[in-house]
Amino acid sequence: MKVTVPIPVKKVYEMKGPKRVQEILKELGLPYESVIVIYQQDLLTPDAVVPDDAEIEVRPAISGGEA
Amino acid sequence: MKCTKCGGKAVVPIKRHNAAFCAEHFFEYFENQVERAIKEHRMFRRGDKILVAVSGGKDSLAVWDVLLRMGYEAHGLYIDLGIGEYSQRSKEKVLKFAEQRGATLRVVSIEEEFGLGTPEFARKAGRPACSACGLNKRYLFNREALRGGYDVIVTGHNLDDEAATLLGNILNWNVGYLARQSPVLEATAPNLVKKAKPLYRLTEREIASYCVLRGIDYIVEECPMAKGAKSIEYKYLLNQLEELSPGAKARFFFGFLEKGRPHFEAEQEKVEVRPCQVCGQPTTAEVCAHCRMLQRVGAAAAP
Repeated sequence: MKVTVPIPVKKVYEMKGPKRVQEILKELGLPYESVIVIYQQDLLTPDAVVPDDAEIEVRPAISGGEA
Repeated sequence: MKCTKCGGKAVVPIKRHNAAFCAEHFFEYFENQVERAIKEHRMFRRGDKILVAVSGGKDSLAVWDVLLRMGYEAHGLYIDLGIGEYSQRSKEKVLKFAEQRGATLRVVSIEEEFGLGTPEFARKAGRPACSACGLNKRYLFNREALRGGYDVIVTGHNLDDEAATLLGNILNWNVGYLARQSPVLEATAPNLVKKAKPLYRLTEREIASYCVLRGIDYIVEECPMAKGAKSIEYKYLLNQLEELSPGAKARFFFGFLEKGRPHFEAEQEKVEVRPCQVCGQPTTAEVCAHCRMLQRVGAAAAP
């Protein structure tokens, strides 16, 4: 599967599927609380299984700076 | 994972509430949290004229969207910070959002106001970019709200922002800030417009989820000037805590509001607030921090 993390610098990872979202995030070292996982314009929960041929986006939800 | 309310397929789990929601019930949860924030802190009422500070990011567009859906008279204020292509892209997102909803949008440009974009402005001011930018924004929010006759300025601050700010203020024992940190900042002086943060009960993940599910096209990339900001590090640390102990961020911030802040507020010395001799906005000095910064940069402020 293809996993795109768009920020801070866009990175694309190839991973072997099927795999649960929580395992993907563990490999990426990203806590679920700080991201959203998008597949075909829908959101995936940590227990969702991502098939090998899927392309997903793991989008960090954290922003910074002084408001 | 199933929706706690209807048993349908869940798309947003919320561990601190021991719940998970489908899109429809997540929207209901989201609006309920916003409504609760508005009522508990008497942020504004139906019929009030609201100015929403919008950046093109998820938080500000989400709060503008939800207030419009809830029937509030909410206009947008976009400040073009003059940060190259980042500002161009964020402005496009805001213009598109307003156009799609037929919403009223005011636009102000830092370059047109002060002659310089934020990077150059901050360099000349000798301040970190986020600090100079924050001072410019706060000044312009208040000025535009006064000019437009708005009752309240709304910002997209969320639970992660507030918890990270609180952590920073405690680590440095900034007692003055601890006395003032609140979901609502009252208009305590003439020419000062009330400020409110209706998203303070919601996390960044919930707000990003709301935007994706509502089809709100926000700017995903981080402001290039905010790279390495302490607040981002604090947020990652707090989210690690949240994973270990769901609800940690909410307990930390809501507990502070209930038990910590009153203590710091009581300890705070009363300071005299007067109009700035240059721009007329409230300040504790003769000339406000924003006008002093403009003087250093060599720019003039329009009153």
